[in-house]
Amino acid sequence: MAENEAYVLHVNGSRREVADAWLGESLLYVLRERLGLLGSKAACEQGECGSCSVLLDDELVCSCLVLAASAVGQTVVTIEGIAPHGSPSDVQRAFVECGAVQCGFCTPGLIMAAHALLERTPQPTGSEIREELSGNICRCTGYGRIIEAVQRVAVWRAIGP
Amino acid sequence: MSTAVREGTIKGRLGDSPPRPDGIPKTQGSFAFAGDLSADGFLWGATLRSPHPHARIRRIDLSAAWKIDGVATIITADDVPGKPTYGLISKDQPVFAADVVRYVGEPVAAVAADHPETCRRALAAIVVDYEMLPPLFDPERAIDGSHPPIHPSGNVIRRQRIVAGDQSLVGEVVVEGTYELGMQDQAFLGLEAALALPDPGGTGVELFVATQWLHEDRGQIAACLDLAPEKVRLTLGGVGGAFGAREDISLQVHTCLLAMRTGRPVRIAYSREESFLGHVHRHPAKIWMRHHATTEGRIQRIEARLVLDGGAYASTSSAVLLNAVTHVQGPYKCLNATVDGYAVRTNNLPCGAMRGFGVVQACFAHEGQMDKLAVACGLDPVEIRLLNAMETGDTLITGQVIENVAPVAECIRRTAALALPDVPVGGRGGDPLDLPGGAGLTADASHIRRGIGWGVAIKNLMYSEAFDDYSTARCRLADGVVSLKFAAVEVGQGFVVLAQQIARSVLGVDDVVLEPIDTSIGSAGSTSASRQTWMSGGAVDGACRLVRERLFEHIGALHDVDPVRLAIDGRDVIDTLGTLRLSVSAASAGVEFTETFEQHHRPTEELDENGQGSCHTAFAFVAHRAVVDVDPELGLVKVVQIATAQDVGVALNPLSVLGQIEGGIAQGLGLAVMEEIIFTDGRVRNASFTDYLLPTMLDMPPVLASMIEQPDPMAPLGAKGVGEPPTISSTPAIVAAIRDAIGRDLTRVPVRPSDICLP
Repeated sequence: MAENEAYVLHVNGSRREVADAWLGESLLYVLRERLGLLGSKAACEQGECGSCSVLLDDELVCSCLVLAASAVGQTVVTIEGIAPHGSPSDVQRAFVECGAVQCGFCTPGLIMAAHALLERTPQPTGSEIREELSGNICRCTGYGRIIEAVQRVAVWRAIGP
Repeated sequence: MSTAVREGTIKGRLGDSPPRPDGIPKTQGSFAFAGDLSADGFLWGATLRSPHPHARIRRIDLSAAWKIDGVATIITADDVPGKPTYGLISKDQPVFAADVVRYVGEPVAAVAADHPETCRRALAAIVVDYEMLPPLFDPERAIDGSHPPIHPSGNVIRRQRIVAGDQSLVGEVVVEGTYELGMQDQAFLGLEAALALPDPGGTGVELFVATQWLHEDRGQIAACLDLAPEKVRLTLGGVGGAFGAREDISLQVHTCLLAMRTGRPVRIAYSREESFLGHVHRHPAKIWMRHHATTEGRIQRIEARLVLDGGAYASTSSAVLLNAVTHVQGPYKCLNATVDGYAVRTNNLPCGAMRGFGVVQACFAHEGQMDKLAVACGLDPVEIRLLNAMETGDTLITGQVIENVAPVAECIRRTAALALPDVPVGGRGGDPLDLPGGAGLTADASHIRRGIGWGVAIKNLMYSEAFDDYSTARCRLADGVVSLKFAAVEVGQGFVVLAQQIARSVLGVDDVVLEPIDTSIGSAGSTSASRQTWMSGGAVDGACRLVRERLFEHIGALHDVDPVRLAIDGRDVIDTLGTLRLSVSAASAGVEFTETFEQHHRPTEELDENGQGSCHTAFAFVAHRAVVDVDPELGLVKVVQIATAQDVGVALNPLSVLGQIEGGIAQGLGLAVMEEIIFTDGRVRNASFTDYLLPTMLDMPPVLASMIEQPDPMAPLGAKGVGEPPTISSTPAIVAAIRDAIGRDLTRVPVRPSDICLP
């Protein structure tokens, strides 16, 4: 195709070259198909479900709504970048312990949203959790265990695990 | 895998809630879903779909599409080498429409190309010349014969009557109503996706796919490809939820054909819009019921007429209808019945399996009737249900006797005992998120009305009507390490952790290796019908027990002890009558035992023309109580609390059971107040998550759940399936609560704002 270009993205602290990519590609597509970062998921592709959530200059965004080429010059953090692979974060551990993971397709996006919430608001109220995570759809769990997982992390961070 | 001596007791046996083995990878994004799979040199596949509900294909012109750079191949019905049609029960659905399209979204052609955008342009360049045919949308016209057949198999997929007992009995109290349900989407998050790898020379194909039943897929795919089943090898790609929508074939044959045609790996990944068109949905239904009862409120006879819209192809409609007619009495004693049910063919989207499978529809009707009966008899919703509650030993309207544990009254009483919410009407502290309409700030708290409603359900478990429904599992013990092999599909429910728990409990080991889930072992049956805990759990348990027998024989021979005296105690094999004690890892050092077990359930019967026969395998029961706040002016509903008690047999993994209860209730809530696929002339108007509304964290209330643990002697592990019941009676409970709040006779789900606030 003719509408192609090369550009550079900054993802998870690394400089990543994107060679000869169609400029119509979303950030989600480029992360997944060109950079091999498969943790961000495509579930609705219109910013309704949060499965593709990433941090763009520390702001939580749906990567399906961002053109990849427009993210040049910004920092991107994906689910692969929030904790070393061998040592899951407290949010990731709490999700598993609390039963917040079933099929797991929404999970990376919810971890990103919960991570962003807890960085900003270490002790969120129940109402704050529900409002902040209401942009992430989970079809399996009914959300109860996810709320519990976020609350458990808040306790760990306050008094230690 | 570590075999070092460990301190303490084994963690993660039956009854515990150990972390699931796929948990951490799923939180890290490293778990491979079907849509994450790739291969060197792969091509993207995409599907051209009919824009018309009913039309004859006069001509397909592919010439412009072939000229687009990057297009590798284009296929149509002419390129299907084997059986041109597929289907779960009757093979009536074309791989590609050949002469006639029967719904908007029916596949007509597929392309493989170098980029998704190339695929999109190629599909846009295919010219199909259609001749419009009169569409059939009204199920009643399918029944009365006033519309010509839209398929060679006719417009009625199945009619099933149930005629039981006294057909002329008229009760002292008679209540009737007509109930309707819209079409619900399973809306799993992980879109349909597959990767096909062709064998050299076109002799076979390997498919990685998110599905519910690998072996059934394989049989259907092989027939369409004209290959022997063993030439089609399926491996489960990670499944992002299923809920019934992956029971039918969707992209499987297309992906394999494109790969075999090009000799290259091919990936297909549906978009959300395509997913709405590409899988079957919950049947829309219209159900009329009349209950006859004594003045005290005892049900004497039910009459019912059920019409389910199956859409263009049969899928599992006949089995869904069976469930609907046989569950329409609800979990209540009743001896006399006159029931007539139809599943019909129309030019709407095909319908088939979704969590609850026909019982959701029946339950919405019978629970609406129970509340009417309560009012007519001067009873409250709990009293009328307790008065009629079914028990073990009761005879159903089909003549089948309930042999399972049947704690219906216990479900109701335990639910009633759960505390009502302490949140005042309209929420606490003026937080708008607690009000109907939420952050929209539309509600006037002083106008909010609260209501309480009930729903109780009976649900069959496993497959019915003489189907030999079995599952296979293999267990291997070598040098203290257990590995398990099965084809039971993990869709998120947690069978993978349950299988490990079973092996730890039976064999006294810590580590249990799970081999890939694929077709290199016998079938496990489908992950549906709340059946895997019972069937594949039973198979894993059986295989582990056979291995344990072999181990005991080996140790018995070595130590001159009768093997029947041996037992597992913690991590050790012990002589229950002597002093011998050695660790399982030491006992199995240098030897290897491998055993395979097939779990079958008891045979069932087909129904006769009067709907008589022991057609179901087993039953589970559940009760729900809903509390809602309603804004009667804007027609908005806030569900405040759901309380439930569920008959689970044994909670083998309490955290997983709770996950099924809460998740199932969320889907029941969705059907009650927001989820519906909207059609205009057969075209879906809301095929996106922007327009098809799903419950979010703000929509889900706290759930109070009580698990009733009465081990079922019929179940291999005493445990009943728990996946479907939560979805079934939560919907009528919420609707009953809305009726209670506003005093209106709501007869259709989802309840729309206009149903609540317009005169």
